Amino acid sequence: MSIFDYFRDRKKSTPASIAKERLQIIVAHQRGQRTQPDYLPQLQQEIIDVISKYVSIDREQVHVALDNQDDCSVLELNITLPERP
Amino acid sequence: MAKIIVVTSGKGGVGKTTTSAAIGTGLALRGFKTVIVDFDVGLRNLDLIMGCERRVVYDFVNLINGDSNMNQTLIKDKRSENLFILPASQTRDKDALTPEGVERVLEELKENFDYIVCDSPAGIEKGAHLAMYFADEAVVVTNPEVSSVRDSDRILGLLSSKSRRAENGEKIKEHLLLTRYNPERVENGEMLSVADVEDILSIPLLGVIPESQAVLKASNQGVPVIMDDKSDAGQAYSDAVERLLGKDVAHRFLEAQKKGLLQRLFGGR
Repeated sequence: MSIFDYFRDRKKSTPASIAKERLQIIVAHQRGQRTQPDYLPQLQQEIIDVISKYVSIDREQVHVALDNQDDCSVLELNITLPERP
Repeated sequence: MAKIIVVTSGKGGVGKTTTSAAIGTGLALRGFKTVIVDFDVGLRNLDLIMGCERRVVYDFVNLINGDSNMNQTLIKDKRSENLFILPASQTRDKDALTPEGVERVLEELKENFDYIVCDSPAGIEKGAHLAMYFADEAVVVTNPEVSSVRDSDRILGLLSSKSRRAENGEKIKEHLLLTRYNPERVENGEMLSVADVEDILSIPLLGVIPESQAVLKASNQGVPVIMDDKSDAGQAYSDAVERLLGKDVAHRFLEAQKKGLLQRLFGGR
């Protein structure tokens, strides 16, 4: 760093602060997955089995997620049914 | 009762083996009977860092398979009579490690040692899993860099779910060791600071090892860098070992070296 650097105004977001911000987001996401209960994959499997007894669905079109908001947990089911013939 | 410490990170090349060698040697120099176990089957390197590569006869996999006994397999370090190395096999792959075999070897080591330092391979596959599974404490080696920090967080998740302690409802004691730290770059806003990494990973800080030429010099010579007590990295590792033993030691090498007036005016390093 030389004397000329002192005249340049310092940028607000340094490379380090960008890195920290990105990490905080990705780590929070990663930890969200970590706290998912073990039974979720099996639950998803059984839900798929039940629904496919009645409707033929694409297995890829079933999404099960558990969201924790404060002190309540929300089990979210998102199933796309096939178009009617 | 012996303590099992795993040195792990997820990401490769951050300094796990350097750290295992330094911490193991540091514990031995302080009078604790210590063995360093290389779990990186297929890519062993601990023997090189410790400078005993030409004395390897039998290895971890031989020991598990019963081809050799403990006495034949352990390599006694020439610098400290308290220090032993259990080398990994170079010709096999990680599938040669079995949970039962690893447990049996660790139980036998526990009877004769105060500390068992497990040098984990990179990744989260079998080798890394078995290195951490039986641990009481974990040293998570992290570089101040995005991919290393993310991988460390992933490893912390595994430590708290896929270890024997976690399965028994206990916790592995976690330590953060920040390596290859460059205070100048932190001051210029180019590198994550100690505080940034602590903030993100939120586990207690064991030590900060500055980026240092002493590390390459030491590995070239096959001497653990902690033996170089004149170097900044060697001293930082010594401090970390003291903290591991429960002593309260102030952190050093966190600030950039102050530059003189002429250097300041005309730049340069």
